[in-house]
Amino acid sequence: MYKLGVDVGGTNTDAVIINDRLEVVAEVKHPTTDDVYDGILSAIREVIQLSGVDKKEITQAMLGTTQCTNAIVERKHLAKVGLIRIGAPATTGIPPMVDWPEDIQCVVEDYAVIRGGFEFDGKVLAELDQDAARAFFRKMKGKVQSIAVSCVFSTIRNDHELEIARICKEEMGENVHISISSEIGSMGLIERENATILNAALYQVARRFTAGFAKSLEEEGITNAEIYLSQNDGTLMTMEHALRYPILTIACGPTNSIRGASYLSRQKNAIVIDVGGTTTDFGVIQNSFPRESSVAATIGGVRTNFRMPDIISIGLGGGSIVRKQADGSVTVGPDSVGYKITSEALVFGGTTITATDIAVRLGMTNIGDSSAAAAIDEEFARAAMDVIRKMVENSIDALKLSSNDVEVVLVGGGSVILPKDLSGASAVYNPAYFGCANAIGSAISKVSGNYEQLIDYDQIPRESALEQAKADAVELAVKAGAIRETVEIIEVEDVPLAYCVGRTSRVRVKAAGDLA
Amino acid sequence: MRTIGLGEIEDIALGASLLGAGGGGDPYYGKLMAIGAIREKGPVTLLSPEEVPDSAVILPIAMMGAPTVLCEKGTGGQEYKAIFDMASQFLGKKIYAVMPMEAGGVNSMLPIAAAARLGLPMVDCDGMGRAFPELQMVTFTIGGVKASPMALTDEKGNSAIFNTITNKWTEELARAVTMSCGGSVTVGLYMMDGKTMKSFGVKNIVTRSEILGKAIRSVKNQRELSPEEAFLQASEGFKIFKGKITDVLRETNGAFNLGHILLEGIGEYHGKKAEVTFQNENLAAIVDGEIRATVPDLICLVDTETFTPVTTEALKYGKRVLVVGLKCYEMWRTEKGLELVGPRYFGVDTDYVPLEVRVKGGNGDV
Repeated sequence: MYKLGVDVGGTNTDAVIINDRLEVVAEVKHPTTDDVYDGILSAIREVIQLSGVDKKEITQAMLGTTQCTNAIVERKHLAKVGLIRIGAPATTGIPPMVDWPEDIQCVVEDYAVIRGGFEFDGKVLAELDQDAARAFFRKMKGKVQSIAVSCVFSTIRNDHELEIARICKEEMGENVHISISSEIGSMGLIERENATILNAALYQVARRFTAGFAKSLEEEGITNAEIYLSQNDGTLMTMEHALRYPILTIACGPTNSIRGASYLSRQKNAIVIDVGGTTTDFGVIQNSFPRESSVAATIGGVRTNFRMPDIISIGLGGGSIVRKQADGSVTVGPDSVGYKITSEALVFGGTTITATDIAVRLGMTNIGDSSAAAAIDEEFARAAMDVIRKMVENSIDALKLSSNDVEVVLVGGGSVILPKDLSGASAVYNPAYFGCANAIGSAISKVSGNYEQLIDYDQIPRESALEQAKADAVELAVKAGAIRETVEIIEVEDVPLAYCVGRTSRVRVKAAGDLA
Repeated sequence: MRTIGLGEIEDIALGASLLGAGGGGDPYYGKLMAIGAIREKGPVTLLSPEEVPDSAVILPIAMMGAPTVLCEKGTGGQEYKAIFDMASQFLGKKIYAVMPMEAGGVNSMLPIAAAARLGLPMVDCDGMGRAFPELQMVTFTIGGVKASPMALTDEKGNSAIFNTITNKWTEELARAVTMSCGGSVTVGLYMMDGKTMKSFGVKNIVTRSEILGKAIRSVKNQRELSPEEAFLQASEGFKIFKGKITDVLRETNGAFNLGHILLEGIGEYHGKKAEVTFQNENLAAIVDGEIRATVPDLICLVDTETFTPVTTEALKYGKRVLVVGLKCYEMWRTEKGLELVGPRYFGVDTDYVPLEVRVKGGNGDV
């Protein structure tokens, strides 16, 4: 039994094969091609050859892709959408897409805000106006193939959304593509509606990449594999689900990268430092999942309800320019020679002193022509390394949450410039195979269940409410395909509603487990 | 007199989230309401307080309830007309302009939406100069202005007028009705004449918000100063602490979201610990056991990199924040002001000592 992980990035398409002990058997990197499938096909072919595994033994194939993000950012291949919002007489003070950039508003052919929806406690806000819905769908028939449905408090009760979806099929036929906001989840009508509209606009893109991936696998003779797609929260969904909810693949890259790095170093809780040529990113892994930032992700100028990993970026990388200032102090970065490092750094025959040259001078690594770095004054080099050390140690300190030292996982092409004895770090890991961390992160992903409700603790005591919420989240994970015995609670959050009488809290629980 | 359009709204909303001092709700949904109204009806005229005749009737507008609920239900847009009709009918007078009651948080934006939809000007003035949790906590209370008659309406069309014996009663009754109406309503209250507004209001607060917002947006473009220095200079803020959130302890009591934020120092505060207590808004900031700021001065948490203000609802374990103090409006520092919103009112057992004294290490404690 093997897993195949594929990550399609803007620059490279990576593929890895992982065995049932979750060890990396082989990895390849291939340039991403204009026609994405050539790249995927070549990467799959190469990685299978390299690994020597029997194709029939590959039972799971995972794809992480930026195609949805790219389609939105570049406004390409987006389908026309009809939006119906259930919520009048509430919500009409905020028309749909009111703060969207103009050049993407046109994905919505037309919209209607109809009566219906719920209060926070599940009471009906207004009776559902089915006639208005029918009238809207008749108007949309023949104009659009994709409908987005949003509804006030549909995360609490989704029956109005389901009813409207049913009416939509009656009026527009079985083949209409329907996206409902409760499936995308998370409180905040506008962000959820925005994500639902984008989802509806992506249905053709989703068909292409799922069909394309399935076809590539088939062409390569991988016929026994279940296909999964990476979601932005670091878990997987089935191909059927991805076809309906492609928006959930948005921004899975950074999450997969951090998870891949943590997995490679076998650390469930650590700080991951990814050193590139110009910048260094610091992320935190907790219980094998990246710590989320509290800022909502904006995609192509549209605010959504997706959370990105909490990452600190600093201007330090292998190509950072090292200078002596007029006052005698030494500075590193924030400017960098970037991709020109292979011609501009001293060790590559250039004339600029970079962080890489400093590392070579101090004997920390052996890159290029080390004799060229010998010209650097040792005291200057040590001063520069002190600056680098300080920058990194400050960032570690800013991210770690207790005074105890933490494990640090060091990855990325520029990581040679970092000292290995960092203060604040209990151990520093420098795992092999990091080049394909995204694809690995995708291949080792779990499936999850997410629970979110508003609960009145005066009606259900907090303890039992949280127990129930955890049990429900576990069930959702099992329903999504997780093996029950492996399901763990990843995150529990309960935040009381402010300025509200009573003890109503917003409860969120995430559970995740291994794929069957 | 000047005009507020879509560009101004962005900055006012950002500045207002700083003036929220941790509370008041994220102005994002308020901003969408204001944008929606201006897109439909055109820009809003902002009057400076001096331009308002002494006898003109001013109607402060706000939302009451849970920002989390507002983020699902928004508003219908027709609430302002209902409030306006009820108020003018009750008073038997024509309403001249609207104004914010609370310049911090989401309530900075609702009066803009109201002004656009009613075709009335808005006055550059509020009753708090920040956000506070209860509706009697306005400078107008010091001036003896009654909160009632208070007009309340929900998006469904239910409405009520409250005529109460004290401003505290208005708070209690309206809060109960708000919950029955589904957790968020629009209110008009503290209706007053131009003269009273000029004597007791916090003047030019909308403009201050806008300046703050613009400053936060542009700190990264500063050349001579570091972004942090630029932020402190533009906000006239006092740096209290810089740290990462290691824990958020929450509890509820009545309508209020109480809690403590525990912080561990980073950068020059490495090795120090701080605690910020909150009741929706931040109440006190304590560094290594010493109080560095209390209400009614503003205690604001902002992201250390973007300087975006962080509300207490969005507090997240691990987030890195700068704790900044801003001086409150002068009238809050008087005896009457402190009776309404001083530290002891919120259960913080200390005398009020102005922020600028506290941050220098003076605590006035015996």
